[in-house]
Amino acid sequence: MNLSSQNAYDIANSAARQPAQIEVVAFRVGEQEFCIDIMSVREIRGWTQATSLPHVPDYVRGVINLRGTVLPVIDLAVRFGGASCKGSARDVIIVTQIGSQVVGLLVDGVSDILTIGRNAIQQTPNVASELAEIFVKGLIALDGRMISLIDLEDVLPKAMLEPSTAKPA
Amino acid sequence: MDAMAAIRKTFFEECEEQLAELESGLMAMNEGTADRETVNAVFRAVHSIKGGAGAFKLTDLVAFAHTFETTLDYIRSDRLVATPDAMHVMLRAADVLADLVRLSRTGEPISASIWKQLAQDLEVLNPIEGASNAPSNAALAISVASSDDYQLNGGNEDFAPAMIDIGDFEMSDGIPDPVQNVFNISFRATPALYEKANEPAFLFREFRRLGTAEINCRIDELPDFTSHINFGSHLHWDIHLTTEHPIADVRDVFDFVDGDCELDIVDVTPVSPADDEVVVTSDIDTRDEPVTKAETPSGATDALSEAPAVMAGVALATGLPVGLQDHKDKHESAREVAGGTTGAPSSSTIRVELERVDRLINLVGELVINQAMLAQRMIGAGFPSSSPVMLGVDELEQLTREIQESVMAIRAQPVKPLFQRMSRIVREVSDATGKTVRLKVDGEATEIDKTVIERLADPLTHMIRNAVDHGIESAEKRATAGKPVEGTVRLSAAHRSGRVVIEISDDGAGLNRQRILEKAKSKGLVPPDAILTESEIDNLLFLPGFSTAETISNISGRGVGMDVVRRSIQALGGRISISSTPGKGSVFSMSLPLTLAILDGMIVSAAEQTLVVPLTSIVETFKPPRETVHSLGPNASVVKIRDTFVPIVDVGHRLGFTTTPRIDRESVAILIETECGNRHALLVDGIQDQRQVVIKSLETNYGAIEGIAAATILGDGRVALILDVEAAVCATGSKLGHSVSANPSAGALLQ
Repeated sequence: MNLSSQNAYDIANSAARQPAQIEVVAFRVGEQEFCIDIMSVREIRGWTQATSLPHVPDYVRGVINLRGTVLPVIDLAVRFGGASCKGSARDVIIVTQIGSQVVGLLVDGVSDILTIGRNAIQQTPNVASELAEIFVKGLIALDGRMISLIDLEDVLPKAMLEPSTAKPA
Repeated sequence: MDAMAAIRKTFFEECEEQLAELESGLMAMNEGTADRETVNAVFRAVHSIKGGAGAFKLTDLVAFAHTFETTLDYIRSDRLVATPDAMHVMLRAADVLADLVRLSRTGEPISASIWKQLAQDLEVLNPIEGASNAPSNAALAISVASSDDYQLNGGNEDFAPAMIDIGDFEMSDGIPDPVQNVFNISFRATPALYEKANEPAFLFREFRRLGTAEINCRIDELPDFTSHINFGSHLHWDIHLTTEHPIADVRDVFDFVDGDCELDIVDVTPVSPADDEVVVTSDIDTRDEPVTKAETPSGATDALSEAPAVMAGVALATGLPVGLQDHKDKHESAREVAGGTTGAPSSSTIRVELERVDRLINLVGELVINQAMLAQRMIGAGFPSSSPVMLGVDELEQLTREIQESVMAIRAQPVKPLFQRMSRIVREVSDATGKTVRLKVDGEATEIDKTVIERLADPLTHMIRNAVDHGIESAEKRATAGKPVEGTVRLSAAHRSGRVVIEISDDGAGLNRQRILEKAKSKGLVPPDAILTESEIDNLLFLPGFSTAETISNISGRGVGMDVVRRSIQALGGRISISSTPGKGSVFSMSLPLTLAILDGMIVSAAEQTLVVPLTSIVETFKPPRETVHSLGPNASVVKIRDTFVPIVDVGHRLGFTTTPRIDRESVAILIETECGNRHALLVDGIQDQRQVVIKSLETNYGAIEGIAAATILGDGRVALILDVEAAVCATGSKLGHSVSANPSAGALLQ
């Protein structure tokens, strides 16, 4: 019995690795719409004032208290090369799990949760844009909207992935 | 295999406890404060280690423990007197035993040379009869051979039959009936008995009604647990029943299971009526196997229903791991010891994964923060402080504090094991230097956070080595000075105002201040013309680059200077100081926090940010008068404090929150001292509070940030950063401090 359920699990698991459809959370940053895989989203919460960190890239807004966890917040608008979110009450922080780290993404608002067929994701056309080149994995056309699928790994600053050596314990 | 690894882990954990017990017992014997029970405890410790080691085929460990145990057995039975010489050998034997356990744990190869010599020394101690009966090789051969029998899957001889006396209460009935029948019953259940939902334990319960029964569960036919799954009936019982009832009544008990069991009832009633002696073991136990007796006054029949429970009972009663047994006489002596005045060490403790405790501590940290937030919001909402709501919040606050303290106490551990390790260091170093040194220990029961204890081991070892190697003079010098030849190193721990103070003192010659000063000058650590106070000279020891040893011996002076000691103490949020009296000795005093999860900090504001400065690095705070601040170059300034110029660090600018450093009338300066002893004045906008904060890692979700040690969450729910004082000021160039201040080492010297 154990064995058979293990097999079932494996089958389900391997199916999950290459599903025909993915669910994404769509959100707005400035005038554009983006989306990320829903599996990496832990929760969505309102904006609270962040504590600034010294010596960090400008798109790291600071850290907030997420029920006792110190959560870094990344301003996606700045990260994508635009002007900063104002940090108003209407802004939203999407709490995501990237690798072993939990990171908040500051966006203008969450618009949708969508189920998208893999074949509906188009290749990013070759445009001279850093944004497109680095972050956008693909484009989705939906009811006249264009939604860019984001790869979260690239959103984090390199410093976060390789902690600086400056500090002893 | 996982299960085995877990048992192995537990065994080594228990070994640590046994070794600690052994060490403290031997110390007590050495000081002459031991009673009989102490000797028993020492014997039990070695015996248990041997028993467990046998199960894992740790041949060297078993062999050495066996030799050790033999000697201890002689002492226990008063056939050997524990002379100081004998005690010295045995203390060394305890060290070797600890080494063997450690090597076995890591699985490193053990060369027999490390224990053979001491095993011989131990055997020399044994009285002649013992020596002639068991010459060394034979003794070893026996123990090694028997160790092969210990393996868990080694067949029939592994398990001692358990005998449970359920009839004790019958004894109190007073006058024994003269017409007592005694039956030996052999009962073996077939699988059919269990299939019909019969339970032998219920049958045996019937014996209560009949009289006094001694039930002996034979589990020697149990199959090998590890090899395969086995259905069947493998238990059988020997019952020794003393009853007034005739044999027919006894047969009635088994009426329901008739045909589903093998039953043999033999009337062994003595010709003359027996007295009320019940414990008759040998006449049942025809196979002459060792018998382990587990006395459980009531509920014994329940325990009988499950073999594992019975085995657990056996293990408890003898202090032996389950299923291990020794050759008969040793085993019985262990049993006899276990049944002694204080019985087996049945401590009411549980083993808990450290992770679980830490998780609990984290959660309680959240609770404290949340409670503070709630209280603040209540005040914000305008509740008067006398309102029932606010009174409730007050009570909640007290409760959370209590919970926090209790949870922290879980991580707290007595310093005793750490101190015991030090007595070994003293032994080794005094042996190596030819000095006679006694270690006196106070306050072993003082508790500190586990991590603090762990990280204290290295600095403490170093300081103890120093105390013996450099502190205590040679015997001749001591005699000339009119001191007792035996030197004393004192190690003490005590709670003092929310911190733990650990002191190491020796009654040696004290520091040679002249030599220290000369050396510091020759190394350029102090200017040649500097005039230092005595305490300032003493504290030069902590400066980096100052090695204490004039000649580097192989004991101390291995390149680990006192500056390293000081740095590790400071890394724990502690402070270290030294005082010395020529001819009388030196005292090193360390003050440590009780826990690492909480930090005493000063809450300050700088450039509209709230920051926490660890209190341990703060010397004083002051408002610098304008005229004491002098510019030095375009972007640097210094402030004059008591004739010393100290560099100013604007915290807001240093952390990049403001673009230019500035000093205005409202600025407050915090005088801090770095680990290397340099002083800096941190300039902040204001001081808000001084309180304990719960330390939160920034690295978990982000990464290390220069100048920031960690984060915390304040009462308003906001994250505040904890300043890494060292990193924040060092980047400004500590060389500045040296060139400007008249007395560069002053920072290190004022404690």
